[in-house]
Amino acid sequence: MLKTFSIGGIHPAENKLSAESAIQALPIPQMVSIPISQHIGAPATPIVKKGDEVKVGQLIAKSSGFVSANIHSSVSGTVFKVDDIMDASGFRRTSVIIKVDGDEWLEHIDRSEELVKEISASKEEIIKRVGDAGIVGLGGATFPAHVKLSVPPGKTAEVLIINAVECEPYLTSDHRIMLEKGDEVLVGTQILMKALEVNKAIIGIENNKPDAIAHLTKLAANYQGIEICPLKTQYPQGGEKQLISATIKREVPSGALPIEVGAVVQNVGTAYAVYEAIQKNKPLIERVATVTGKSLKNPSNWMFRIGTPVKDIIEAAGGMPEDTGKIVGGGPMMGKAIASVDVPLTKGSSGLLLLPREETARKATKACIRCGKCVSVCPMGLEPYLLMVCADKKDYERLEKDAVMDCIECGSCSFTCPAHRPLLDYIRLGKGKVGQIMRARK
Amino acid sequence: MNTKVLVAPSPHVHSGDSIQKNMYGVVFAMLPALLFSFFYFGLGALVVTLTAVASCYLFEFLIQKYILKTEVTINDGSALITGILLAFNVPSNLPIWIIMIGALVAIGIGKMTFGGLGNNVFNPALVGRVFLLISFPVQMTSWPVSIGLTSGYIDVETGATPLAIIKEGLKSGTPLSELTSQIPSNMDMFLGNMGGSMGEIAGAALVLGLIYMLIRKIITWHIPVAVIGSVAILTGILHMVDPEAYAGPVFHILTGGLLLGAIFMATDYVTSPMSNKGMIIYGVGIGVLTVVIRVFGAYPEGVSFAILIMNAFVPLINVYVKPKRFGEKRK
Repeated sequence: MLKTFSIGGIHPAENKLSAESAIQALPIPQMVSIPISQHIGAPATPIVKKGDEVKVGQLIAKSSGFVSANIHSSVSGTVFKVDDIMDASGFRRTSVIIKVDGDEWLEHIDRSEELVKEISASKEEIIKRVGDAGIVGLGGATFPAHVKLSVPPGKTAEVLIINAVECEPYLTSDHRIMLEKGDEVLVGTQILMKALEVNKAIIGIENNKPDAIAHLTKLAANYQGIEICPLKTQYPQGGEKQLISATIKREVPSGALPIEVGAVVQNVGTAYAVYEAIQKNKPLIERVATVTGKSLKNPSNWMFRIGTPVKDIIEAAGGMPEDTGKIVGGGPMMGKAIASVDVPLTKGSSGLLLLPREETARKATKACIRCGKCVSVCPMGLEPYLLMVCADKKDYERLEKDAVMDCIECGSCSFTCPAHRPLLDYIRLGKGKVGQIMRARK
Repeated sequence: MNTKVLVAPSPHVHSGDSIQKNMYGVVFAMLPALLFSFFYFGLGALVVTLTAVASCYLFEFLIQKYILKTEVTINDGSALITGILLAFNVPSNLPIWIIMIGALVAIGIGKMTFGGLGNNVFNPALVGRVFLLISFPVQMTSWPVSIGLTSGYIDVETGATPLAIIKEGLKSGTPLSELTSQIPSNMDMFLGNMGGSMGEIAGAALVLGLIYMLIRKIITWHIPVAVIGSVAILTGILHMVDPEAYAGPVFHILTGGLLLGAIFMATDYVTSPMSNKGMIIYGVGIGVLTVVIRVFGAYPEGVSFAILIMNAFVPLINVYVKPKRFGEKRK
């Protein structure tokens, strides 16, 4: 029996169309727009102005608090302007727009492919440099990585869990990183272990990536304390709380963080970025994204410079198919639909999914037949049907009592509902409102 | 690249499941039992089924179109299920006009007065069935003897059900060991060779339907297992206490509407609890009530009443029995 999380879960069609496609470097665009807010927390403060010359890796916006992240230039050239432009969320946000000229990197960045295994940095140094490099959780949540590495006083980390599950259908960027940058990922994992002062790390990988499991298991023999843990292919295996439940059989209590049960979770892409930051002095200026879709000519994986427009990666994969009905930043279950192909790819862009209109158009909502399927698939043990009704009736007291804030917005309920009810839409509304009420009470 | 794209919150894909798929899945699961009823009761079974189904469709259509003036949703498959279940729950020689009254009560009172599919508290087919049982006790309890395909409709030989034979016999003081010769063997009862309502007799066919629904994930095991299990345990205990006064578990499971109720009626989505824990409580309630009515009550059969009584508790169960939340301490 493969390990999996404790309750609920679904198995959507995997559609890993680009799994065989090796990571390629996306050509550097003529212009990049780098938003100053690509992470959870306070937006960074721009420190460049129109006309400034910048090099690859140069700091262009400074972290403005503990929960914030530095932003570096991903290209070399001249700052064209610092202005508000539409980002992937559809809001206008401040971005640094740079006109590209050549590809000149800061000198201290080591661009060689050579593997550096020896970790010379100390615990404090690692945490500081991870923060300086602007690294955020690359699984999609974009939570600043150095915050998670700073274990709060009174708590101890026992185990580092590397999230290499990639449970979202279609996405393959983590899969490719494991296959092509296996050693780098493992060194990155050891760096993270050192920062957390733990001697055990578990890399959780869904069983639909047997090649990655075999490859990493072979490599991990050369590294101390790293265990590869194959997991059942079941969504949302990559949810932080679900992954902890699957790998170490502990359930993070409602409202608590993973450190409560002694665990810290980092994405496999983050581990790779940490390797590059600590061993190669390279800040987070590029990452891997999957561009995919059933009608797309060439579903593939690309290493892109942060700030590259979405349309460039679509072009690289053969152009936008005629039948495209939705452009999703991320996977089909939790990704965000984006309104324009002119918005920039950012640190959180793990993939770009072009869904045919037919596949993504919602069907008419029918009456709830009370089949209870939403209850049985909910990985948090909630009752989505009830939360939807309460959100609709604005019964916030009951929503709070029935643990609406525990919802991880995985979408299993809406995906499953035979009556096509927009359960998660309503639950999100309810969560927003209950969150406000709870904050006001404090 | 001027294509207009949709912008909507996640998830962006759907499983493809639908109300129709589930409803017609249930209908498909009922086919073996339906075929068995044709096989045992011939023409009568055909007439009763067609009348019940057609009436359910007709009344749902008329009520939605002309009284409620809402969207007509007869294609969702739920009226078909109610029709077949109503037919399953009556004798195969029931006159057409009585069946039509049953269908009107089932759809009109059992379902549409509450607001239609998804809102009814009680299983519509059982509301119709119990209304008929109380209003037409004679017609509703004259069970045709199953003689096979050549069986006619109204003018057929009738006999008592095994449950009634045991009930009457025990009431008159006959010990159980003397009554067993009057009832069919366990194998005959499992294959449906006994008197009873159309759809309830063939245990084998009903179990086949259950397996299909479990494989297709239309229902979960909780309710059928809870109902059948609690009946088995309770009657087992009674039988051990006094083998001459109480029939054993196998008899109770194979006779009457127990399998039909546990598999197709207690599992009705709308009128059963939402959480697995709730389903088990509900199922055990049905099992216990069935045994109490059968053994200590005035009626020989109690499945219908037991399900309807537990239907009334479902909203309460849904409020007080919550699924196990993630991160909650296990007791």
